[in-house]
Amino acid sequence: MARAFDEMSSDDGSVRKAYETLNRWLTNVPHDVLDHRRKEAEFIFRRIGITFAVYGEQNAQERLIPFDIVPRIITKDEWTRLAKGLEQRVKALNLYIKDVYSKREVLRAGIVPEELVYQNPAFRPEMNGQAVPHDLYVHIAGIDIVRTDPDTFYVLEDNARTPSGVSYMLENREIMLRLFPELFSLHRVAPVENYADDLLATLRSLSPNGAHEPNVAILTPGIYNSAYYEHSFLADKLGVDLVEGRDLFVKDNIVYMRTTEGPKRVDVIYRRLDDDFLDPLAFRPDSVLGVPGLMSAYKAGNVTLTNAVGTGVADDKAVYSYMPEIIKFYLGEEPLLANVPTWRCREPDHLKYVLEHLEELVVKEVHGSGGYGMLVGPKSDKAQIEAFRAKLKHDPANFIAQPTLALSTCPTLVDEGVAPRHVDLRPFVLSGSDKVRIVPGGLTRVAMKEGSLVVNSSQGGGTKDTWVLDA
Amino acid sequence: MRVRVRHEITHRFEPVARHAIATLRLTPRSHVGQHVLRWALDVTPDCRLMAEEDAFGNIVHTFSVEGAIDAITVIAEGDVDTQDTTGVVAGGAERFPPSLFLRQTSLAEPDAAIAALAARIAKDVSEPLGRLHALMVAIHKGVAEVPAAPDAAAAPAAKALAAGKGTSAELAHVFVSAARALRVPARQVSGYAALEAPAAFREWAEAHVPGIGWVGFDCGRNLCPTDDYVRLAAGLDSQAVAPMLSTGSIARNTAVARDFFQAARPGQGQQQGQRQQQGRGQRQE
Repeated sequence: MARAFDEMSSDDGSVRKAYETLNRWLTNVPHDVLDHRRKEAEFIFRRIGITFAVYGEQNAQERLIPFDIVPRIITKDEWTRLAKGLEQRVKALNLYIKDVYSKREVLRAGIVPEELVYQNPAFRPEMNGQAVPHDLYVHIAGIDIVRTDPDTFYVLEDNARTPSGVSYMLENREIMLRLFPELFSLHRVAPVENYADDLLATLRSLSPNGAHEPNVAILTPGIYNSAYYEHSFLADKLGVDLVEGRDLFVKDNIVYMRTTEGPKRVDVIYRRLDDDFLDPLAFRPDSVLGVPGLMSAYKAGNVTLTNAVGTGVADDKAVYSYMPEIIKFYLGEEPLLANVPTWRCREPDHLKYVLEHLEELVVKEVHGSGGYGMLVGPKSDKAQIEAFRAKLKHDPANFIAQPTLALSTCPTLVDEGVAPRHVDLRPFVLSGSDKVRIVPGGLTRVAMKEGSLVVNSSQGGGTKDTWVLDA
Repeated sequence: MRVRVRHEITHRFEPVARHAIATLRLTPRSHVGQHVLRWALDVTPDCRLMAEEDAFGNIVHTFSVEGAIDAITVIAEGDVDTQDTTGVVAGGAERFPPSLFLRQTSLAEPDAAIAALAARIAKDVSEPLGRLHALMVAIHKGVAEVPAAPDAAAAPAAKALAAGKGTSAELAHVFVSAARALRVPARQVSGYAALEAPAAFREWAEAHVPGIGWVGFDCGRNLCPTDDYVRLAAGLDSQAVAPMLSTGSIARNTAVARDFFQAARPGQGQQQGQRQQQGRGQRQE
């Protein structure tokens, strides 16, 4: 593989304009000072208690996500372009979901195969013909972006269910402000601190009944969830109640919260609980995390759930491959952000190609997330590839394949000093009834291991602060 | 034929619940061959019933009750005029194209044995309707119908086939999962059959046949539903057509269901046995 595009230095060794100041600063600061600051950052993270549970790993119930103190820089022009593309994409996602659960024109036009909707495990028949407040489904989207050269941003994945990571975006900025005030005085960095206000404004705008002061709550599965820290963090920042299923109840199709002053009506629920668990009367009957009757209240139009139920029908990796057509179909526009070329293993000729080129492709489960259950061809040995080949042949429709992209790199502080490491970016797109809000930047994830392309925090990836320069 | 239905369900709460909520799929709709003349739901304790339609077009009622609740009793009662349509269901509330009903659910997921059963039938019979009849006969012979326990939910298809016995709902699961394995849209249906004495609430299957539409198959009784049948609800599996689901605010799920059911044709009681033997319901052997 050719050397990946580095966001700071060009091939000839020259430094790109946006990084000039940072580069000068990095060159002048002694390594032990950087190292000291890194330790300080880690100490703060520990003290705050910002941790992340990794599933399937022993002795590591709660772990710290590595934080890299070298910020990633994005120019204002680049960001403006990105933001437009993100807004377009989320708009199309919303229209697609609405269509899938109502007129199904996209199926009649033959844009997306029927099977990808009706046989999709994330499709919720219960949502069929069901109006949702303000016709919006994906109120909070996390769109994963990768970059391969100065001009090309690809969408790697759409997250339309319950994208997480925004707490890291906010914490990272707070820590950077504390540790490197001098760096901020040298740059004009667009703020991200207003995310909490934006989120609250978005949630309030989604009130089902036009209530002036809608009561908003965040519904968490509980302390054993890997993102529990984020749930409590957001509740705190937004100044809203953090509730578990047992704190809510439904009476005559209205949702109430138990409080010491008696029942209090809830209008908008930012739920961080999967569809399956929401309501034992409608979905999994064994769910003890949900609220019995919640779906009836939702269907009666008495409560807004964000994101809506059944949004997963739009964000699996098979549907992803149709996104360019979906954008054209609903908006009549060319997609502003490119899709990574994707082979759908469900199609025989695609499968044939994939099986012949396993050692150079990345193969992912259609419904996978968090970097679990995927094959990175060039980084795998023969045995791993053969094992995966068997899995793939057994259930081709469950997989897609993509070329191994040379993700861009950013300067990162590692044991040997500052070195390039691969990164991606997850911006958060908020869609309210009034407008779309995107705070500049997002969460940059970085593969801390040299050469690694897997940035998922569940696979040992770290994070960075992301700076969108205001000028 | 006029079928009179009285269906009583009791859910008990131990310990006593302070708040309980329930959904009912206990109201039949009219369609070709089924005309609902009169239907009433009565719930004890008193509560406000809210009617809605679910995604499949079934009529659903939800209600919540508060106070010290040790039991909720629901009585559904009514008269339905029926005609024999040789099992074909037309003019119903269809909200999805048939292909949705190829969707597998955990209760109707085919295991290797079900897939093998389906493959065997597909090999023997090629005509689509004949294939489904053959499937019904095979399940009727291979899986004996047993009465449903009052407090047990239907088991998955694979379990019933392996056990060689199952409730009407479990037999329908086997049929539905095998049909879907053959790429035939199939669904679970709940309702009443007025033939047996005492007649009972039961579940059966429906499969979609090109050129004909939805056709009912009752594996337990080995026939396509006749005018003895009243159709309540249709869905992907037994859970989706459950006549009553409830949960109390005390999280322990100790609700016990008791079904009491009577169905009789006014003034036709004595003819029942005779009619049963005439077997005009396409009984297949």
